Amino acid sequence: MTRSIARETNITLTNLEGVPGKEIVEHYGLVQGSTIRAKHVGKDILAGFKNIVGGELKAYTELLQESRQEAVNRMLMQAEQLGANAVVNVRFATSSVAPGAAELFAYGTAVKVQ
Amino acid sequence: MDILIFLTLLGVGYFIGNRRERKHYEDIKRREKSTLHIPIMSWGAKQDLPYAHEAELFVGSVVVANDYFKTISAALRNLVGGRVTVYETLIDRGRREAMLRMKESAIEWGASQVLNVRFETSNIAGQGQSGAGAVEIMAYGTGIR
Repeated sequence: MTRSIARETNITLTNLEGVPGKEIVEHYGLVQGSTIRAKHVGKDILAGFKNIVGGELKAYTELLQESRQEAVNRMLMQAEQLGANAVVNVRFATSSVAPGAAELFAYGTAVKVQ
Repeated sequence: MDILIFLTLLGVGYFIGNRRERKHYEDIKRREKSTLHIPIMSWGAKQDLPYAHEAELFVGSVVVANDYFKTISAALRNLVGGRVTVYETLIDRGRREAMLRMKESAIEWGASQVLNVRFETSNIAGQGQSGAGAVEIMAYGTGIR
């Protein structure tokens, strides 16, 4: 999922402490991106039906994937502004801020590698 | 009348839910076998970086919901306490599915292994008042090649 945008911006994302095979030459500090998404009423009703039979809620899976992509995009934008070409030690966090809305958060350290 | 609706929902939840769960498990087992050749490590941080040419972050996520039977059965289980097996299987399914999705996208990219795999679980407050919830499970890690 993160692959496509990473290639577009030429920024490597890893959740290791560096980029394998490359050396970190400069640190730019923490970059982060977050988004808060609310659910669609129609999707919520469908999900209600799904709660009878159980299983995967595809609509929600997609919604959260899209939102996480958005959070990562914002993080990458910050990294790009700083002139970084990699973001290392990436972490994700999700929290529900209100009933029906979720915050998706991505953060990492922007670095320059060679 | 009410009891009839309740019993119908319970029956539908039990039979369809169970069938879907069995099918899902079969699917998971099949895919786990076919992706067995890629090692998944939960270490990778605070260690020397492995030798590789390229690295990339991979994410897999899934939202799973409980069926009506599971909801009722867990509510009853709440009275006496103990293991809630119906939820255990649900979360287990979700976690394995999330990891498989991550693994499959890593394989597609050509990864030789996936390092520093982390799981994240969060409650997506479903319908609010009814308390019937869904859980999002995500797995992420760094693939190297």
